[in-house]
Amino acid sequence: MDLSYGAAAEAFRAEVRAFLSLHWPPPSDTRGAELKAFIRTFRALATGEGYLYRAIPKIYGGSEQPVDVIKAQVIREEFARARAPMEVGGNGMNMTVPTLLEKGTEEQKELFIRKTVEGDYIWGQGYSEPGSGSDLASVRTKGELSADGKKWIINGQKIWTSQGMQSTHMFMLVRTEPDAPKHDGITYLLIDLDQPGVTRRPIRQMTGEEGDHTFCEFFFDNAETPVSWQVGERGQGWTVSRTTLKHERASIGGADGLGKQFAKLVDLAKEVGRIDDPIVRDKLTQIEGSVLSHRYSSYRIFSCAAAGEDPGPVALMMKLLLTEIGHEMALLAQELIGEHGFLEPAGAGGRSNRGPRGPEKWLDQIMGSLGNSIAGGASNIQRNIIGERGLGLPRDLAMSGER
Amino acid sequence: MHFHLTEEQKAIQDAVRGTLADSWPIERIHAFADGDEDFDRASWHALMALGLGGMLAPDSGMGLLDAALVCEVAGEAAAAGPLIGQLLAVAAVVASGKGDAEALASGAQVATLLHGGSDYAPSARAADLFLIVDRAKGVRLVPAADVTIEPVKAADRTRPMSKVSTPDDAGETLFAATDPMTARLADAALVLVAADALGGAQKVTDMSVAYAKEREQFGQPIGRFQALKHQLAHMALAVEPARALVWYAAYAWDAELPDAPRAAAMAKAHLCDTYIQTTRAAVAAHGGIGYTWEYGLNYWFRRAMADRAWLGSPAEHRARAATLAGW
Ligand SMILES: Cc1cc2nc3c(=O)[nH]c(=O)nc-3n(C[C@H](O)[C@H](O)[C@H](O)COP(=O)(O)OP(=O)(O)OC[C@H]3O[C@@H](n4cnc5c(N)ncnc54)[C@H](O)[C@@H]3O)c2cc1C
Repeated sequence: MDLSYGAAAEAFRAEVRAFLSLHWPPPSDTRGAELKAFIRTFRALATGEGYLYRAIPKIYGGSEQPVDVIKAQVIREEFARARAPMEVGGNGMNMTVPTLLEKGTEEQKELFIRKTVEGDYIWGQGYSEPGSGSDLASVRTKGELSADGKKWIINGQKIWTSQGMQSTHMFMLVRTEPDAPKHDGITYLLIDLDQPGVTRRPIRQMTGEEGDHTFCEFFFDNAETPVSWQVGERGQGWTVSRTTLKHERASIGGADGLGKQFAKLVDLAKEVGRIDDPIVRDKLTQIEGSVLSHRYSSYRIFSCAAAGEDPGPVALMMKLLLTEIGHEMALLAQELIGEHGFLEPAGAGGRSNRGPRGPEKWLDQIMGSLGNSIAGGASNIQRNIIGERGLGLPRDLAMSGER
Repeated sequence: MHFHLTEEQKAIQDAVRGTLADSWPIERIHAFADGDEDFDRASWHALMALGLGGMLAPDSGMGLLDAALVCEVAGEAAAAGPLIGQLLAVAAVVASGKGDAEALASGAQVATLLHGGSDYAPSARAADLFLIVDRAKGVRLVPAADVTIEPVKAADRTRPMSKVSTPDDAGETLFAATDPMTARLADAALVLVAADALGGAQKVTDMSVAYAKEREQFGQPIGRFQALKHQLAHMALAVEPARALVWYAAYAWDAELPDAPRAAAMAKAHLCDTYIQTTRAAVAAHGGIGYTWEYGLNYWFRRAMADRAWLGSPAEHRARAATLAGW
């Protein structure tokens, strides 16, 4: 075993560093619109060097690089070290672009990829509905062809759309074949959210967050989208929605975040004078056992990806493991903050200009840990996936539509 | 980066697995468990014949990771014999230049591990040598003749224990307490016990999954019932990611990284907890049959209890890990 990346990667690292030291950060007086423009130029330069948007063809604004998870990781590490902006994040880069690259038409790729890469289009994920969460294939939002066959007319409701308030577009699953079996009657559509048939309403989250960070519900009342914005075949939306980003996805970044959070928990125990408490020390190291399991397993998955090997069932476990660790950390944090737990943490939702916050800021984390146990497939669904796909246990036939 | 097993490493594990399956089938475990022996000569010699005894000799081209992979399979099989002591004895003897490394590596001489401060050693009656690893007093190699052995009725029937006592000056000092090798050997022992626990936890999970696929109730395999499916998923979730914790601890030891002692403590604590949790869940997943002696789960459950008690409890190692972190 060897956790180093090898000489070639280190030479590449030096190259990336040299690039960053030349082009980042911006001069200290760059602010506002000027900063935005600077970042845009910087991203374009970095793309020109082959550092960003590596999986995206040049004609759509990417740098079209061969798959190399090690290089991609070196880039992530060096950009993070320099605090330089990476690719624009979010659903667009994570979901829309890979889906279009694999299943989209030439017209769709031209229309959407560059705009998404440049941050002009922001995508909401329109999957969940009030009646369809875990049972995602039961979506009921209706899509019907217009009389001239050129447009889809959409009626229904989507819910829990993250970043819904900022989204310019949505990719959504709609039922177009009401008589077909559940999985065969769904079509994958792209839609412009800026039109009269679309109403959005923010939903306040349990953290109290409002505004940018909250999720939304969307009402579609004869909203329209061109038939040419349908991705994949009509009725094949379920299959299209399974399309995932295969390029350079493996990273050890997720584990870094967890490690930092754990380090903060240790700091909290010190701050509140409880670090010498044997029970706290025991609980901390107990949690750390799982944190490190997660970290080293991410090395393992990353290492397999670099070698083109299948890491096996461990890859199916990372989300649930992360969720469970989050819960453990939340419980200990809650214990540690004691009576600070009476205070409102004043979330990240635009009300944080109340001056410095004390240990009560952990309440955000504590409540936030619950979001992870639901979003992107609830924990029970993760357990089903581990049991069925990981351990080969028989599938419950009634539940074949879960996400 | 290379943080997964090589084909050679997988092949070694397969070879050990095959050998132990042949020489140490469940009928043999049953007979051994009911008998009064300390040691299963047949499975021990079959294992030693694979030539793995010298894995921890510095010039073997292998290292603690490879040794851990072998101990993992031994844990899976609940194999008898003082494998961990034997592997460490070779490391200690070769590094100190004292003792007969060849006889130990071939298994002709049997060495068992006596942890400093403990009164118990596994397979003591079969041992020619006792490797005493004591963080506070150093490492000594004591011939059996100098040791008083009193067999006890051990809970872990696969690795019978004896109460042993040795005079303080018996045998030969291989390393002083201040010699870095003393701490390194003590750390390596922790990693190898963690590996044994990993193998056992994986084994009982596999047994449970296999059983859930074949056992039918209410007209269907019980593994289709979500409550049980989720319990099995949780067992797997406890074991599979923790595998990397053992790998890392072994890798850190081999590479002599500064966090190797802490990684060893974390692995020992975490895996011994995981093992006991998983075996408890395995018995539950099997229902009544799991509670029988005959079915055999009890051997792994007992071994989980022994692994947990051996070389210091999880809480003890977590306390050490907290201190080593500088908290
Ligand atoms: C912070 C956050 C952000 C989100 N962002 C988005 C987004 O951007 N776009 C989007 O489309 N959706 C989004 N969601 C929605 C999320 O995907 C769903 O909430 C989730 O899939 C669960 O669906 P549900 O809420 O309908 O719960 P339900 O499916 O009703 O589940 C309720 C409970 O029943 C359990 N359950 C359901 N079915 C089974 C089963 N078969 N076996 C065992 N247990 C079961 C679940 O585990 C859960 O505990 C977000 C949710 C959150 C919390």
